[in-house]
Amino acid sequence: MKGETQKAYDYLRHDKKFPHVWCPGCGNGIVMGSLIRAISKLELSKDEVVLVSGIGCAGRITAYVDFSTVHTTHGRALTFATGIKLANPDVKVIVVMGDGDATAIGGNHLIHAARRNVDLTAIIVNNNIYGMTGGQFSPTTPYGLKATTAPHGHVEHAFNISRLVETAGGAFVARGSIYHVNLLDQLYKKAIAKKGFAVVETMSSCPTHFNKLNLMGGPVDSMNWLKSHAVPAEKASSLAEEEVRGKFRIGVLADRDIPDYQTEYEQVRLRAREANGYVLDPKEISKLLESYQCY
Amino acid sequence: MPLNEKAPATRLMQGNEASAEGALAAGVRFYAGYPITPSSEIAEVLAYRLPAFDGTFIQMEDEIASMGAIIGASLAGAKAMTATSGPGFSLMQENIGYACMAEVPCVVVNVMRVGPSTGMPTAPAQGDVQQARWGTHGDHPIIVLSPWSVRECFDLTVRSVNLAEKYRTPVILLMDEVVGHMRENVVLPDPASIPIVNRVTPTVPPEWYIPYEDNPSGVPAMSHFGAGYRHHVTGLHHDVRGFPTLREDEVEDLNKRLFRKISDNLRDIQQVEAYALDDAEIVVVAYGSVARSAKRAVVEARAAGRKVGLLRLITLWPFCRRALERVFPQAKVLVVPEMNRGQMSREVKRVNQGRAEVRTVNRTVGRLIRPDEIMAVF
Repeated sequence: MKGETQKAYDYLRHDKKFPHVWCPGCGNGIVMGSLIRAISKLELSKDEVVLVSGIGCAGRITAYVDFSTVHTTHGRALTFATGIKLANPDVKVIVVMGDGDATAIGGNHLIHAARRNVDLTAIIVNNNIYGMTGGQFSPTTPYGLKATTAPHGHVEHAFNISRLVETAGGAFVARGSIYHVNLLDQLYKKAIAKKGFAVVETMSSCPTHFNKLNLMGGPVDSMNWLKSHAVPAEKASSLAEEEVRGKFRIGVLADRDIPDYQTEYEQVRLRAREANGYVLDPKEISKLLESYQCY
Repeated sequence: MPLNEKAPATRLMQGNEASAEGALAAGVRFYAGYPITPSSEIAEVLAYRLPAFDGTFIQMEDEIASMGAIIGASLAGAKAMTATSGPGFSLMQENIGYACMAEVPCVVVNVMRVGPSTGMPTAPAQGDVQQARWGTHGDHPIIVLSPWSVRECFDLTVRSVNLAEKYRTPVILLMDEVVGHMRENVVLPDPASIPIVNRVTPTVPPEWYIPYEDNPSGVPAMSHFGAGYRHHVTGLHHDVRGFPTLREDEVEDLNKRLFRKISDNLRDIQQVEAYALDDAEIVVVAYGSVARSAKRAVVEARAAGRKVGLLRLITLWPFCRRALERVFPQAKVLVVPEMNRGQMSREVKRVNQGRAEVRTVNRTVGRLIRPDEIMAVF
């Protein structure tokens, strides 16, 4: 093995973890490869990365890669990640979720994590459907298409995940796709390096369920669809509305320098120490304990 | 006491405040919560106090998130706690099950109010006793403690943290609105005298670390994220390395160990207080604030010459079967007063097996049971 292949191999677990659960043609393997390359380019050690995932196909990624990993409950990955990051700021916390995981059951956590601007990287793999449970519609299933729970056509409208997060307050928002892999590597790298809440919505596909139910062909057809429907963000603004209708922007969509939660909370710690009347050695615990007062 | 020594300060404080102070003394350095009556004072005190200890207080978007955050913080090495009341406790159940399954130490304080649903938010109840035992789905062991005084809110919060760390399990501290909001004069213990238990961490080199390997205690060593022991944590049934498994033998090993680590240590976990039990023919079994009324009832009945005693349950789960067995055979009547429709009396009856007559006193109207209501069934 050489180069990139060897690199991917080095970051995978080698005890008892394969074959993986993903279907042929699934985008999750591409996401995993991209993530590994981004981490490797940033020269992060395996020990300083904590990978957190939710429940669903994308959530299974944590079992395969050789970091500290947590496979949490459905929709709650960002809450676990918040606890991990705040309790140990020295680790890089990266969260992988699916579209249903992140925006349906976990939608509240997503907007609040963005608003709070905790220093986390969230990768949302958007395949427009619930894959693991068998093809039910998700908050990103397009209007009019079919799912096993929308057999007569879907009558709800889809979330625009990137815009949702951008509005809620994330420091960094980007969108990529599993077809545009070099760009995806770059976006993951930028997101991980960004201080603050960073989201990369990753357009993916589900040939097994989404394509089958909507007569959209196989994995290659999905790739072609992603290729023909992606518009680079920097180009999109100069195009006429008809030209971008039904398509999606890829690239960096928002990049803002706002203080992250921990930076702000350090101020809280300083003020609390002053309010408690002690100069500032947190190890003087018994002194602090005796400083009880009525509020 | 020598004259030059300072007398320990007496403080007038509330049960909720005492619980928060207990958490600080026990080493809790991460708190995540969501406002809810009648537990909010715990969050307020810790929002004020924790940052000065270099700890973190965070108000999350709901109780589900609060529970997720304390599990994450505990995995990252912090002693972590949340506090809530009935509706919030219901929301926490899924992640409490995760903490049982993945063996993540954490403490959940539930200051009980009247339910079901929104019920009576400012009024006391003990309606979450069975929920604390069985609230999350699937079979699992759990430790549940219940204090009856302000000082005990402090002590049992410390104990909850210690038990969580020792057995790598969530511990539920079931307070009620009376205990949480009641103010009493208390003398808190000297911080240096408070026993502190820390989770056992691995001493082997990282490449030898098997995160869920069985050992005589049944409690595997726990490494925190970032310490160099890379491992996988999941709520799926897992093998000793922490990876998902469907193999019957591996699943059964995990199930058995999760129960064994609690059931092998009942003497350490179970705690009761006996009052005037030696010759008691009528035994009141009570816990939480109701035990205060029960004690008054016992004192008055004794003064009137009746052979009455009190068995106060401090550990609610695992149920203190051995302590109850000791009151037989001289106990002819067991009286179980509760601010619910009979959640603990059902357990008492199960152990009683028809030996004594079990009388219940149940009130779910949002006020503490009075001593005379208990004496009425003596």
